[in-house]
Amino acid sequence: MILTERSITKIKEKAVRYPRKKSAILPALTVAYRQVGHVDEEIYKEISKIIDVPMVEIAEAATFYTMFPKKPRGKYLLQVCNNISCALRGSDSMIQHLENKLDIKLGETTADNKFSLIAVECLGSCSTAPMVQVNLDYHENLDAQKLDTLIDDLKAKKD
Amino acid sequence: MHYSPVITNADIAAKDENLHLFQYVEDPKQCEIDTFVSRGGYKAWKKVLDSISREDLIETIKKSGLRGRGGAGFPTGLKWSFVPKDSPKARYLCCNADESEPGTCKDRVIMERDPHSIIEGMAIGSYAIGCHLMFIYIRGEFTHCIEKMEKAMEEAYAKGHLGKNIYGSGYDLDMIVHTGGGAYICGEETALLNSIEGERGQSRMRPPFPAIEGLYACPTIVNNVESLAAVPHIINRGAEWYASLGTEKSKGTKLFSLSGHVNRPGNFEVPLGFNLKDMIYSPDYGGGMLGDVPLKGVIPGGASTPMLLPDMIDVALDYESLQEKDSMLGSGAIIVFNENTCIVWVIKKLIHFFRHESCGKCTPCREGTGWLEQMINRIEAGQGQTGDLEKIEEVCGNILGRTICPLGDAAVMPIQSALRLYRDEWQYHIDHKKCMVKSNFEFK
Repeated sequence: MILTERSITKIKEKAVRYPRKKSAILPALTVAYRQVGHVDEEIYKEISKIIDVPMVEIAEAATFYTMFPKKPRGKYLLQVCNNISCALRGSDSMIQHLENKLDIKLGETTADNKFSLIAVECLGSCSTAPMVQVNLDYHENLDAQKLDTLIDDLKAKKD
Repeated sequence: MHYSPVITNADIAAKDENLHLFQYVEDPKQCEIDTFVSRGGYKAWKKVLDSISREDLIETIKKSGLRGRGGAGFPTGLKWSFVPKDSPKARYLCCNADESEPGTCKDRVIMERDPHSIIEGMAIGSYAIGCHLMFIYIRGEFTHCIEKMEKAMEEAYAKGHLGKNIYGSGYDLDMIVHTGGGAYICGEETALLNSIEGERGQSRMRPPFPAIEGLYACPTIVNNVESLAAVPHIINRGAEWYASLGTEKSKGTKLFSLSGHVNRPGNFEVPLGFNLKDMIYSPDYGGGMLGDVPLKGVIPGGASTPMLLPDMIDVALDYESLQEKDSMLGSGAIIVFNENTCIVWVIKKLIHFFRHESCGKCTPCREGTGWLEQMINRIEAGQGQTGDLEKIEEVCGNILGRTICPLGDAAVMPIQSALRLYRDEWQYHIDHKKCMVKSNFEFK
């Protein structure tokens, strides 16, 4: 099993509250993603057993949404909002800044597997632009100094 | 727990007794149930269960003039009244917190800072339609909002505002915090319902409308966060009070998310009918243009609404006045851009979003947004050709009104307006193979 006892319990607790079993698919995928960092066929299979829904229905839903990627990414997923409000506040340049700092291109992962850099659609941080979401956490109203501190702190963190 | 550094006008709201949504949003204690209750929270919910009939409740909301704050502006009370009274099925209320229209970040503030006001509004709405299980659908990326809402929900259960036999009234009400998976389309009500059902977030054909057959094929009402948060205040202070705010046809107050090239981007509560120019230039709100670079245009109601030129911004922010300017109030997301902004670049950003977020169900939207993005990217890259603009208009015309849900319309309306209002700049881009002004916004 990939999913831990803790994740399984969490999924079951959520599932039991819904009038229908299938409604637990998204909550289960969310729990799985938060534990594992990606959600692939192996995990679909496990979820299928836990919530008693055919695996194909889990795959069908999971592949629609952007938050359940099938492949693992770096330890820190940097998600830069690059839609209009952030772009007006320099998110294109911020992406370049990150590319230079991490020596990767948008969409890539650093060689040590620590950082992945992607551009995402609006994250609802329009009045506090530009921003980056690192895994689950928002970092808003960024400037170069704040961003550098953030990345340096993450770099310095021990695994 | 994360606390967004967003600017609000809570200081003004604290002094103006008519502003109610943002009164306490700068006080971190407002999230806690004891503080919320000490300020009159859950009073309306108790009053409703103690002494108001469903019919009277719906009538009150109708009289207040409250309209949906998610973007469509449909009268909330009227929507509630569509739920069949004699249906033997379960009924559901879903609060739409899938806030993701570019420019919009207002519901997030309420979830983060005043979550109980949403629960109270949802509870009252549930009672109005006879619902015993209500949902809030929060976009998956809003982790901090999800945690806040879950904590608030647990507190509400623990203090007896939710659960069985609430306040001894015999009324039972349960709540589920449901989280999305990253899809703008799930803010469209029928896609939202599919998503709760564990399906792909694609919209459904109407009829049947959700009020007749929605979640699990049962009567369902979907309301925006801000609409529901206003409901307890209407119950406490009366429909006449609420209807006295705003304009003759656009009643009440509205949250506006101001973003882009202003000195003070932020979220502001103002009565409907507030002047857009004041919103941008007043020191209490936008504080004027960033670096004093002159204004080039405004998207007044979120990424899907038609643009306004600088000479059009002396306009009241309400449903009717913006319609007169061929635009829309939408979700109240005001995106401001200055003269250093290339209009083709703006549209490139917008169409990329809609192409990415098209659910793929309807051909005109799925294929059309892709074609539009290709053509617009080509023009932006300096490879535009004679006839491109006409082709773009043709594709837009073949999407508009030809899709199941409004995402197709949302994608083309800003493009059509940009072509109409900034035609010369598009033509320049094609003729000279480059931008008239290069959007190069520094990050430093």
